[in-house]
Amino acid sequence: MNKKNNRNGSRDGNNSGLLEETPVNPSRRKLLKGVGLAGAAAVSTIATSHVIAADSTSTNGNSKAIAPREALEALTAEEAETLAAICDCLIPSDKNGPGAREARAVHYIDKSLASHNSGARQNYSVGLNAINEFARKTRGKSFPELLLDQQNSILLAVQSNKISGFIPNGSGFFNMLRSHTIDGTFCDPYYGGNQDFVGWDMLHYPGIRLGVSEADVAAGASLPPNHQSAYDHSTYTKLADNSSLDTEGGDGYA
Amino acid sequence: MVMPKRLAKTDVVIVGMGAAGGVAALPLTNAGLKVIGLEAGGWLSPRDFAPDELRNGSRNWPQSVQKAASEAPTVRATSNDTAVQGGHPMMNAVGGTTMHYWAQSWRLNPWDFKVVSETKKRYGESRIPAGSTIEDWPFGYQELEPYYDKIEYTVGISGQAGNVQGKKNAAGNIFEGERAREYPMKPLRSSPFTDLMGNAAQSLGWNPFQGPAAIATELFDGRPPCQYHGFCNKGGCHIKAKSSTAFNVIPKAVDTGNLEVVTFARVTKIVTNDNGRVSGVEYIKGSETFFQPADVVLLASYAYENVRLLQLSKSREFPNGLANNAGQVGRHYMTHHQGAPVTALFDRDLHNWYGLPAQGVAIDEWADDNFDHSNLDFIGGANLWVHTDRKPMSAAKMPTFGETRNWGSDWKAFIMKNADRTNTSYIQKTTLPYEDNYLDLDPVVKDPLGFPVTRITARYRDNEKRIAAFSQEKMEQWYLEAGAIKTMKYGLGNIMGATTHAYGGTRMGLNSETNVVNEWGFAHEVPNLGVLGASVMGSSGSRNPTLTVQALSWRTAEYLASNWRSIVD
Repeated sequence: MNKKNNRNGSRDGNNSGLLEETPVNPSRRKLLKGVGLAGAAAVSTIATSHVIAADSTSTNGNSKAIAPREALEALTAEEAETLAAICDCLIPSDKNGPGAREARAVHYIDKSLASHNSGARQNYSVGLNAINEFARKTRGKSFPELLLDQQNSILLAVQSNKISGFIPNGSGFFNMLRSHTIDGTFCDPYYGGNQDFVGWDMLHYPGIRLGVSEADVAAGASLPPNHQSAYDHSTYTKLADNSSLDTEGGDGYA
Repeated sequence: MVMPKRLAKTDVVIVGMGAAGGVAALPLTNAGLKVIGLEAGGWLSPRDFAPDELRNGSRNWPQSVQKAASEAPTVRATSNDTAVQGGHPMMNAVGGTTMHYWAQSWRLNPWDFKVVSETKKRYGESRIPAGSTIEDWPFGYQELEPYYDKIEYTVGISGQAGNVQGKKNAAGNIFEGERAREYPMKPLRSSPFTDLMGNAAQSLGWNPFQGPAAIATELFDGRPPCQYHGFCNKGGCHIKAKSSTAFNVIPKAVDTGNLEVVTFARVTKIVTNDNGRVSGVEYIKGSETFFQPADVVLLASYAYENVRLLQLSKSREFPNGLANNAGQVGRHYMTHHQGAPVTALFDRDLHNWYGLPAQGVAIDEWADDNFDHSNLDFIGGANLWVHTDRKPMSAAKMPTFGETRNWGSDWKAFIMKNADRTNTSYIQKTTLPYEDNYLDLDPVVKDPLGFPVTRITARYRDNEKRIAAFSQEKMEQWYLEAGAIKTMKYGLGNIMGATTHAYGGTRMGLNSETNVVNEWGFAHEVPNLGVLGASVMGSSGSRNPTLTVQALSWRTAEYLASNWRSIVD
């Protein structure tokens, strides 16, 4: 299956195309080789998503930053690639530090579309396809292959309802996507986003604390981030040690 | 249709083990009455309340998976519109919404009980807005005072009194009614932000104070004090510092041996006998249907479900729904105009990443009739509230005050700088009942059992919108005094959607032609049917309803226990 043909409309063969040994474009190769943030941002095509990159690990094997054995649970590979490019526009990795990409917002969204947000699954397929169709029609390339400025202008057009083909409309789709991208960047890392707490660090959120003193509050942003998920506290996990819990009045579920 | 399985008769069945039903169970069981508490949800424990903004705040866990969510009301502004189903903000669980509420626990001010007579006296009858069905309560604040006191000391409320036996204390609310004694616990602590706002209010000549909360601030009744980690909003307390009825009155009632809590019981009908009295309730648990006979039924399932169950419970004696021969069930519906806030941007960090919604500072100068309305075009007012508590996802979704579009590198720089520099006020406003604002059964939308859901037909009128505009001006003034560099006002509101502060529908009053329940909370048309919850309240006040709901519930239950023979015979 020719990758280019696939991008030009064929809906089959997406996944097999991604398993080719040869990276589909140079920017992916650069990223896989560990180009720094600034380098990645400077690459004109931000087609490369971490999701796709993860898929290529097994055949390439030269990056440490890639999670092993990770499925796309809801999105197709092309959808994930398009979404990654959009997330890069929404919360960019830039001179101010990591963004949605490092937080793995796409990974979060993919997992959520297979679970809590499954009702939005069709909206994503329709919307991401509409964005790529518009990109090809007006620029001759799929959205991820465009320059950043071109991508931004398309997203502005979606946000202001100047492009059709969305559920319920461009701004509705955009707002959902923006909201989910923020969720994936700033949620508890348990859900697959906010990886390495990059989202919380971005906002100088010092992290979840079960008890907070007046001195902690007074310290404000100078309070060192503790980088803990809610589920680093065993109280809330499936494997909690029940003997340590006070369940008086609340043990009826047992 | 399978005949329901008939269970052994009990003295009292309470429909709903939440804020209201949970409280009522204690005086009844203390009096030796046998009580069955039917609860649509289950038991939760502190283990269930992880500090997780996504799960609690965004995904509405656990209430999103429960009964209430499957029967959310439909909403429309007027009877000419088509009602659309929205969400349901309440939770099914033992303890109900006291599990995951903010726990603000106010007494109403004395004016709230006497809106009509006080308005007439001070400004003349013409100042009652046209079309409003507002009535005075059948009693005043002083009648409820001992019950407020009882709840504060039984459930566990922290706060600063402002008027103990006529002695005013400016550290508390100087506009509150006279109380017998102080709160059992000191208020939640202040924070750099609440201090900032408190000082600003004082420089405006206002009287700031820390509001009351159903949250322990000291060791109380075996429960530890608040640890200020936040996550109260739509989340329960991991240490039981929040005074949910699941952690005080309900276990105490169970301990008497007289309360049996039946969980995951979905009540579908209140059954009437040939004498026009109620004989019990039908409920579904699992795949079985049961009939629970009882001498007295207390309906405590929140305003929407109280009204719906009455409207669904039709019989020969009550063809239009139980206790509805006067056509008053579903009337006098109000929410609490909780929307239309002001958001402010400051030029420094506010240190609000921790703390909780009940840890705040209140202004009551512009609430109720605490100020002269002679030259104003509305009655009532608003309680202004600002509080701590910030979470990263919602912080990132902050408004941008026109400084940048809401995505991209400039936006990212904006939120990195300002995430801890905004605050949104909570302004609770007097809302009146009106002739055309009501609850009925939706003709189209059904719940999973095939029963119609509640349809809300309601909108805010000029009085509410004028209060909203007036209170926004005051709020903006307060923020600017505190050093805000930008403020933003939200729209004044129109449709009254489903809310955590729903009032009316089974209003309490002496006149049986305009009210569903009498001054003790029992139906005018059905002497052994009591109704608990804000559905009995005839005015909204301008502050959270739960403490008033609980005081009324205790009072109704105590009356029932003291007058048992005359009510059941």
